[in-house]
Parts: sequence; C-alpha cells; structure tokens
Amino acid sequence: MKIIVSVKQVAARDSALRVNGAGTWLDESDLSYEMNEPDAYALEEALQLKEKLGGEVIAMCAGPARATQTIREALAKGADRAIHIEIAEEGVLDALTTARLLAAAAGPESPDFVLTGLQSDDLGYGQTGVVLAELLGYSHATIVMEVEPQGKMVRVKRELEDGWFQNVVLPLPVVLTIQSGIKKLRYATLMGIKKAKTKEVKTVSARDLGVELAGQAGMERVYLPVRAKQTQILSGDAKQVAHQLVEKLKFEARVL
Amino acid sequence: MSVLAVLEQRGGKWNRTSFEALAAAERIAQALGVPVAAAVFGSAIETLAQEAAGYAVEKVVAADHALLADYTADGYTAALEQIIQSMRPEAVVFPHTYQVRDYGPKLATRFGKVFVSDVVDVKAENSGLLLVRQLFQGKLSADVKAAGQPQFISVQAGAFRAGQPSAAGSAIEPFVVTLEPEQIRGKPEAPFREAQRSVDLSAAEVIVSVGRGIKEKENLAVVEDLAKALGAELAASRPICDNGWLPMERQVGSSGQTVAPKIYFAIGISGAIQHLVGMKGSKTIVAINKDENAPIFESADYGVVGDLFEIVPALAEEIRKTKA
Repeated sequence: MKIIVSVKQVAARDSALRVNGAGTWLDESDLSYEMNEPDAYALEEALQLKEKLGGEVIAMCAGPARATQTIREALAKGADRAIHIEIAEEGVLDALTTARLLAAAAGPESPDFVLTGLQSDDLGYGQTGVVLAELLGYSHATIVMEVEPQGKMVRVKRELEDGWFQNVVLPLPVVLTIQSGIKKLRYATLMGIKKAKTKEVKTVSARDLGVELAGQAGMERVYLPVRAKQTQILSGDAKQVAHQLVEKLKFEARVL
Repeated sequence: MSVLAVLEQRGGKWNRTSFEALAAAERIAQALGVPVAAAVFGSAIETLAQEAAGYAVEKVVAADHALLADYTADGYTAALEQIIQSMRPEAVVFPHTYQVRDYGPKLATRFGKVFVSDVVDVKAENSGLLLVRQLFQGKLSADVKAAGQPQFISVQAGAFRAGQPSAAGSAIEPFVVTLEPEQIRGKPEAPFREAQRSVDLSAAEVIVSVGRGIKEKENLAVVEDLAKALGAELAASRPICDNGWLPMERQVGSSGQTVAPKIYFAIGISGAIQHLVGMKGSKTIVAINKDENAPIFESADYGVVGDLFEIVPALAEEIRKTKA
C-alpha cells in the first residue's frame, strides 16, 4: 500500500501572535513552528496502517524552507520519504491553491491512501483534504476516528455531531481527514532521527507542478478580534482575586 | 440572481443552524440587492419544504430523490451542483456543520471556487463583500474577500441569529435531480452512539471545566478540589478527554455535551469554537487562563489572567470560607 500523509507546519500552539505592520498576516520574525497537531495524528494513523499492510509512507508538505523541520520530524517518526512543495512567497495561500499544489504532487504517486488532519490550527479552513480528494477524483471521508482496511475498500468510523458516529465503506484510493486525539502519538527515536537524515526529500516548486499561485480568497486584513462581551478582568494576587471573584459571583452576578 | 441558503436536515429533522445560515444569506442578499432562496433536499421532504416556505424567502427549491435519503458526499454534491447550475446564484450559504464540512469544499471545487468556511460576520463595503473568519482558533480575525460568482460560504453556529417563520407561504419549486446509484461511492451505515451517558451535565447548576492548561493528569486534583468546594460537576475540553484523563462523557463542546449552568468555570481552557458552542449558553462564565489573548476571555463575564495553580486553590479556600 502506498500512503501519503499531508502535513502542515503552523505557528506553535503557545506562540504570542502579533499582526504584521501591513495588517495582512502575522509578524513571523520570532515565531516558533511545529507540525499542525491534527496532521500529527494523521501521520500516526499512516504509520500504523503501514505496519498493518506493508508498503510505504510518504510525507508531503507545502511550505517555505523552514518546513523542512516538520518534514524531518515526519521522517524521524517513520515516514519513508518526503515531498516538499517549497513556497517562496510570504504570507498564506487560500485552501484551493494549497490543495492544487498537493494534488499535483500526490497524483503522479498513485497512492492508495492520502491522510491529513481534519483542519489546521492556523487558518482552520478544515477543507484541504476534501478539496484534494475532488481534485484527484478520489473518494473521501472527514473527521475519521478509525480506519479499517478491507482489501480494495476501507471502512472508516466518522464522527458526527453531538456524540454520534457513523461507519462508511469507501473504495480506494481514498482521502481521509483524521480527527485529533484518536491514537497515542509516538516519539521519534534517536535511531529514527539519525535515519531521517539519509531519507529522500524531493523538493518541488509550484512552477514545477504547473500551479498558478494567484489565489482568489485573499485576506484583506488580519486583526485582533473585537470583544463582543464586556469581560471584567480581575487582578491582584491569587488571594485577592479569589476574594473579589467570590464577592462578584455572590452580589453582582448573584449566582453563588 | 439570488443568494441560495442550503438548509440541512437528517432523517426529516432540521439542523437548527440551517436557519442561522438563512439569516446570513438574508444579510448577504440585502448587501447585494438580490432575493434569498432556500434549498432543501433529501427523500420525502414535503413537510420540510413547507416549513421552509414559512420563512421570508423568494422560493424554496426542493430536490427529492431516493438516493438522497442518506447523506453521501457524492450524492449531495451532485444534487447541489445541478441546482446551482440551474439557478446561478450570486452566493451559496451553508451552516458550518460536520456534514457541510464533508461536501461543501468538494462542491465549491467543482466550480473552481474557494469555499470560505466558518464565517462569523459579513461586512458590505464599496469594494464588495468582506467575510470575517477566525484564525488560530479564534485568537485572530481576518477579513476575507472572495472573488467571482458564485461565492461559497459556510457560517459558524451561533454567529447569526435565526429569524422566525413569518407564515409568508413562499413558493415551493420542485427540482428534478438526475442521480444514478453508481455515482455514489460511499456506503454509509446507520449512525450510532457509543454508550448511554451516565453523566448529564446539561442539568448541572455549577460546572468546573478544565482544559490543556492543567498540563498533567496528576494536576487534576486542583480542579477536583474546587468542584468539591462548589458542589459542582467536573467537565473538560476535548484534549483532556482524548488523553483519557477524564471520561469522554464529561466533554463539553460540539462533539460532547451542550451545557447551560448558572456558573461555568473555564480553567486553562483557551476557548476554541468547538468548546464555546457547548457552553456559551451559561448564565455566568468565569475564565482563568495564563494567556491574556485566549479567546475564552471573549465569552467570559469574569476573567482572571494568571497561573491557575495559584488561583484555583485560593478560590477553593475562599468558597469554603463563604460556605462555612
């Protein structure tokens, strides 16, 4: 089985986010980056599928030069090789353009499975996998909790809203978007990190792939959200704050 | 020309956010100066189409087909593709449900368009429509300008207020969808629930809810003690339940329970939208978080920026003092 896992590099979860001077994206100067968390679960699922079925796992990532760090992480955890779609431009691409790049890189590999996280922690469009499936002409399922290969088919458990689930049987090749938290993530071993250095990383550009980077849904302005509710922020040391809060809950909100 | 609102139903029951999408469609239609139409599709949808026609819409397009009885991405995409080809709307507006997330982007791609998902507000400017989205789980906002026609937009639950039916009795226009069984690749089985819930958080008066900020399972004792002092139910955001630190049935949010207590303490919870939809109906929300930019402070009545490991024990002590 050939399994492609599409991962994205995003600003680390605890980053202090600052908007850039032009108000178009983040000030990236002192951000640190990590693998998008849902994609880490997609990678884990891909590695476990390979352990079950044999074959290879190819990590695919579209991003600037710094994304090599995320690619190395995927290789260190057990991916066999990688494709880096290197994007020189600053800022961000819309979801369709990103998916076009990924489809152009993934298609010639003729994979059986393409796995990715259900959404990214930065843009949160939650659609790259679905668009990718449509561009490749593959079947797909989103918000997948369990993957059960059945020969040329796969049975997946999808999460619906409000505590409901549903099993769906789909033909291969298939794109699955994986829910966070479904399995325990592995750590890269020392051996894995060492081996990663010798694994193949193919770097391609948008031009190589024949994809136009001019997107349609551009972000005109990025800004801090406007507060909708009047939040009273209490300050002081822990004891003072606790006292103030209890007073307010008792006498102001009258809920205690 | 019109704006088309896509209403969602499962097994003859509306997804209530459908009418929020309709409200958003009305806003967009007003800005563009065109009428609103609604689309309903499925199998045996006569009653639903009539209910939809009770809202102030120009018409209800009803596509009834046996192959649309159960949701499949292939079936729904094909049906809507045909409706859109025929109607040529300026914009198509969906509720941002799990189902729409599964087929909306596929549909938009078929038209070569970007699916602008999870929109929380719409601004009409001279240069055109600006769609407001949240980035980084709500820590930042962005104005997105979509180009071309039709625009594909899904709106976040709770972002637009659903209107009431006006008993207008709009026209229902049946739409014949051409669909063959071999076009549908997915074979869906019946939806199910994992297990009976033994904890009903929806009845709780006071809830102490904990998130990633607690860092380790061993630290849960800190919030458990506060819950005990308050006589509150303990709840959590998704990552805590995913880790197995608390049972899944104590999860609050879009994939867990929806709660509306008198007081909701959000402790070390950043406030991603998936969590907020499950608790924003609470009467009073108290947020304790070390990150002053955490989106939870947008929803909170009282906020404390600081170290939960100092504040929570102090709060438990203060509560005990009051109750003594």
